[in-house]
Amino acid sequence: MSDSHPTIDFDKFKPTRSYIAARKRKDWTMRVFIIAAFVIALIPLVSVLWTTISSGVARLNLNFLSYNMSGVVGGNATPSGGYGGIVHAIIGTLLVTLGSMIISIPLGLMCAVYLVEYSHNGGLARAIGLLVDVMSGIPSIVAGLFAYALFNTLVGPGTVNGFVGSVALSLLMIPTVVKTSEEMLKIVPNDLREAAYALGVTKQRTITKIVLRTALPGIVSGVILAIARVIGETAPLLIAAGFISTTNLNLFSGRMTTLPVYVYQEYSQGLATCSATALQATPPCLPQIRMERAWAAALVLIIIVLLLNLIGRLVAKLFAVKTEN
Amino acid sequence: MGQRIDVNHLNVYYGKFLAVEDVNMAIEPNKVTAFIGPSGCGKSTVLRTLDRMHEIIPGAYVKGEVLLEGQNLYAQDIDPVSVRRDIGMVFQRPNPFPTMSIRDNVLAGVRLNNRRLKQSDADDLVEWALRGANLWEEVKDRLGNPGIGLSGGQQQRLCIARAVAVHPQVLLMDEPCSALDPISTLAVEDLINELKKDYTIVIVTHNMQQAARVSDYTAFFNLRAVGEPGHLVEMNDTTTIFSNPVEKDTERYISGRFG
Repeated sequence: MSDSHPTIDFDKFKPTRSYIAARKRKDWTMRVFIIAAFVIALIPLVSVLWTTISSGVARLNLNFLSYNMSGVVGGNATPSGGYGGIVHAIIGTLLVTLGSMIISIPLGLMCAVYLVEYSHNGGLARAIGLLVDVMSGIPSIVAGLFAYALFNTLVGPGTVNGFVGSVALSLLMIPTVVKTSEEMLKIVPNDLREAAYALGVTKQRTITKIVLRTALPGIVSGVILAIARVIGETAPLLIAAGFISTTNLNLFSGRMTTLPVYVYQEYSQGLATCSATALQATPPCLPQIRMERAWAAALVLIIIVLLLNLIGRLVAKLFAVKTEN
Repeated sequence: MGQRIDVNHLNVYYGKFLAVEDVNMAIEPNKVTAFIGPSGCGKSTVLRTLDRMHEIIPGAYVKGEVLLEGQNLYAQDIDPVSVRRDIGMVFQRPNPFPTMSIRDNVLAGVRLNNRRLKQSDADDLVEWALRGANLWEEVKDRLGNPGIGLSGGQQQRLCIARAVAVHPQVLLMDEPCSALDPISTLAVEDLINELKKDYTIVIVTHNMQQAARVSDYTAFFNLRAVGEPGHLVEMNDTTTIFSNPVEKDTERYISGRFG
């Protein structure tokens, strides 16, 4: 027995001193690389924020937030004492986004419920999964063209209003809502479904009261992510919702300006022409006013997205699964 | 009061695969019946057919009869949802609803079945069910706390309270103590002894000492080989099974020679 047992010198397998030193060096270099990568990734983010805040804050005042662009000529001041404002664009952004939420959240959520709770990975489910993947790759301009073409055919030529914009945005939002909700529903433990079934609870109530309720914080985060993606869309809304300088409260009729489109319009017009006398007037004509308005509107857009994120976090926290009191 | 269950020629399938073959047994009312046997022999599967939980798995179905007081649970006009109200179930891993407080967990079965409860009725039901599960004294001051903040053993008793709160006639327990420490196990076993006054209890266990401690009747399941269907080898009162089994396989399993 004993001679068939090979003797093994385990000291040979111990890591050598040079190996340990090399590992420490590697650890250090990788640490430096990773921190450098993090800083590099942070630079554009900080830079964007800083530029937007520093350029936008000059024009951001109550007057800017409470007036629209009607009666604004060139770089001249308006009778209100300001230089035009974005109240119409804020309202437009909120209405168009709300419209797309109303369309895409129920659709996306029901789609995810079907995929996770009912389909059992059948042919239809795989087809839907593929379509959702394809859909999430649609360029936003195509979504805008599609919505425009759809309403041109259904309602009449030249139909451009906020709701067409909502439809365009919902095409971009649905895949994100489906994907994130699906993932969230999948991670709800099967134990909970079985626990509910074992209490004699119907499938419908198990899904609405247990599964969706447990997944709610994650679903809210996913929806906020989807909103943040579409709220900054410019191209599809330029086609579908158009551009107007007055306030439009009706989502279903008339053109509607949104913040990104406003930013684009202002910036693309460049400097305003001011006569020599107008430059000296009080309040003066400001040649660079369009840039200032564009930056201020961009800042407002960022603030809206930030607020949405905060609300989302609050809701997620409120409905989070509580482990301790 | 507990009700009796008779199983006649039950064959359990997962799709085309026959998992358990031709089970015939009588489960006596207000007694504890234990299912024992090696892993994969189908004892949990049979347990889950008793409250039609088996068919939740896509493609799963059964042939044969399960009679609750003479009524076939698999008859055409029987709604599986109402079966599960009469026959409660406790699972291997404690699974309180994570979004609910202790109180809401107990009330979940009644509330989710769409019945509105008066505050006082709800209070009474919570106390009754938690007392029934021997948990009341430990949690009565913190009913609003989350159910998953409790220890594993307390969570399992909470799940038992949740199951009895819908007032079933039969309680099925699928290895209820396998995730618990010995002290919690003892608490649950004591509880099983008390619960059999009011319920018929069927328990699946891997622990033969547990089967010997808590059960009045024991059913031994086995399978001939992996891939073959499981079957019921023998069923008798627990003392006979453990002291004087008829079948040789039962004796070998109980004496620890295989499985």
